Amino acid sequence: MSDEHTSRRDFIRIGAAAGTALAAQGLHPMAVHAAGSDAIGVGLVGCGGRGRGATADAVKSSPGVRVVAIGDAFADRVAETRERLKELGEAGIVPEERTFVGLDAYQKVIATPGVNYVILATPPGFRPAHLEAAVAAGKHVFTEKPVAVDGTGIRSVLASYEAAKAKGLGIGAGTQRRHEQGYLEVMRRVRDGAIGDILAARAYWNQGSLWNKLRQPDWSDLEWQMRNWLYFTWLSGDHIVEQHVHNLDVVNWAMGTHPIRAVGMGGRQSRISPDYGHCFDHFAIDYEYPNGVHAMSMCRQIPDCENRVAETLVGTKGRSELDSGVRRYELLGPAAYKFTGTAANPYVQEHTDLIASIRNGEPSNELRAVAESTLTAIMGRMSAYTGKAVTWEQALNATEALMPANLAFGPMPVPPVPRPGQVS
Amino acid sequence: MSQGRSLALVSFVALAGLALCGPRPRFICTLRLPLLPPPPPGYTATVPGSAVTFEMAPVPPEDGSTGFWIGRTEVTWAEYDVFRADPQAKVRRADEPPPGADAITRPTPPYADESFGFGKDRLPVLSITHHAALEYTRWLARRTGLGYRLPTEKEWEWACRAGGDEKAVRDARAWTRDDAGERPHPVGTRAANALGLFDLVGNVAEWVHDGSDALYPQVAKGGSWADPAASAGCATRRVSDGSWNERDPQDPQSIWWHTDATFVGFRVVRPFETK
Repeated sequence: MSDEHTSRRDFIRIGAAAGTALAAQGLHPMAVHAAGSDAIGVGLVGCGGRGRGATADAVKSSPGVRVVAIGDAFADRVAETRERLKELGEAGIVPEERTFVGLDAYQKVIATPGVNYVILATPPGFRPAHLEAAVAAGKHVFTEKPVAVDGTGIRSVLASYEAAKAKGLGIGAGTQRRHEQGYLEVMRRVRDGAIGDILAARAYWNQGSLWNKLRQPDWSDLEWQMRNWLYFTWLSGDHIVEQHVHNLDVVNWAMGTHPIRAVGMGGRQSRISPDYGHCFDHFAIDYEYPNGVHAMSMCRQIPDCENRVAETLVGTKGRSELDSGVRRYELLGPAAYKFTGTAANPYVQEHTDLIASIRNGEPSNELRAVAESTLTAIMGRMSAYTGKAVTWEQALNATEALMPANLAFGPMPVPPVPRPGQVS
Repeated sequence: MSQGRSLALVSFVALAGLALCGPRPRFICTLRLPLLPPPPPGYTATVPGSAVTFEMAPVPPEDGSTGFWIGRTEVTWAEYDVFRADPQAKVRRADEPPPGADAITRPTPPYADESFGFGKDRLPVLSITHHAALEYTRWLARRTGLGYRLPTEKEWEWACRAGGDEKAVRDARAWTRDDAGERPHPVGTRAANALGLFDLVGNVAEWVHDGSDALYPQVAKGGSWADPAASAGCATRRVSDGSWNERDPQDPQSIWWHTDATFVGFRVVRPFETK
């Protein structure tokens, strides 16, 4: 870090005169500088649509970013991604020898010389191991949300957070609302007391069903599950963890802490075919925060029902309404406020912010916050699956490890659908 | 509604006369009017495979061109969701090549609430791509055997002007930012124009089609609930670009769903001379 820091300072010192000269030649000063010690070399782990999207966002976000290596468990995904990244131009050209296939592809991507910015975009069940490996190798990381599927994974992620902090590594998380200007404006005011003390919150992600890939004859159990990862708890954490974590993260952000207890319910009403694994399609959770503050959360993936994706905070002096979809960022009450400006794309901004923090020598680290929001969702799921109240400590210290040991392509039974009151 | 239809019929004859004889001396027009073929009536149709209905109203020919029926309302979620659920159409992902010209494709499920919390049912379908609107009309044409398609920009504007919608805002017939309460409204909840058409101006802007199959640029007409009243009218056009899909974080981005275009929807037309 210190080398980069020094070179950045040197650059700024000579910047005024040199920048003018470069500008006259039509060159962006940062572009020239970035070819040196500030160069960002992306290693993509997980070649799905989001992995490619995040890679493109990183390249677009800042000068001096290029893709160095890519990897995925499946060869077709790697080939498709290598082809599509060419649309980014020179920055997206990845030679074949820097493409990796297999369950251990992440290790090879991380170890590739020139990779210093690892994008983790596999199904979330793999995230704790991938985070551990990237941090151990001293790489900056952009990790998609969520970052684990169980307490065992969260404990590993929290250890990676501490290790990254000690090494001065930057870690950004795909909770992009934290980089969405309307959210930032409202949240700053909420934290400054604009709606008084928060008494309650509501969080929603209610939508229709998602994609499903029909099982092919040559797919093993493991391949089928990984390609339909949404529907298996060991891979996705269930949809409360995989998707609703966004809204729960906003509530934790506003509260400045995580909940201490959850009582939830849920089930599987419409996705009852074995094509949909063993996951639920709806959850409703009552989250208890310190001082008797409660947050009501609901999430559903059932077609043709009432939909809403939003967060509400209720305070002693007013309330806030946040809805990223329609860009509603509003405070109601005596300190009424509404953000109506045009804002940068948050999916790009999250990379802009992370890369700027790395280049400034003060890398940001969002891993703890996203780990807490992920565990918030896991705690809700645990309560809904069992029908029992679950405390933060119980969720964090749970010994359950959903990731199978010695993962290999081959047979893998589908766990039963959890039945509240009958599962411990 | 019958009073509205009578009004629409009178307007139809008058406007057809105007269209055919605009520049000619009045007596010639009077003489020519009886020579006009009788206008085909409007009709109510059922979305194939469902009990959901939609209404089509005749629009007189302009400048000797073929007349056409046009949807009295914007296509609703109730109508569009029949298409989305039809197993006879193939779900086409963004990373799949277009199937043969004969194949009808339907949307992938979105990773979000496609109604943006506004509700569905009689709300106009919104934030869908031009490609999605085109595929809906191709599906409707295939399933009914009738010539449904998107209007051209010229047809759309003619229906708007012929119906007197230059005055839509002044006559409080258009949902715009000035009074829509920051949201789209169920179709047909304000007064119809002289041809019996609702919400051409305002509510959602409407995709038109002039031959290009590109994802964008494409044209949406009439202004919307998100536009100021002062800028909503028959000539209003908005050209789409990548910002309409800015917050789709996937690569490739969806060919069906926009993330940032809650102001756009569409309606269908059907030329008189087709089946």
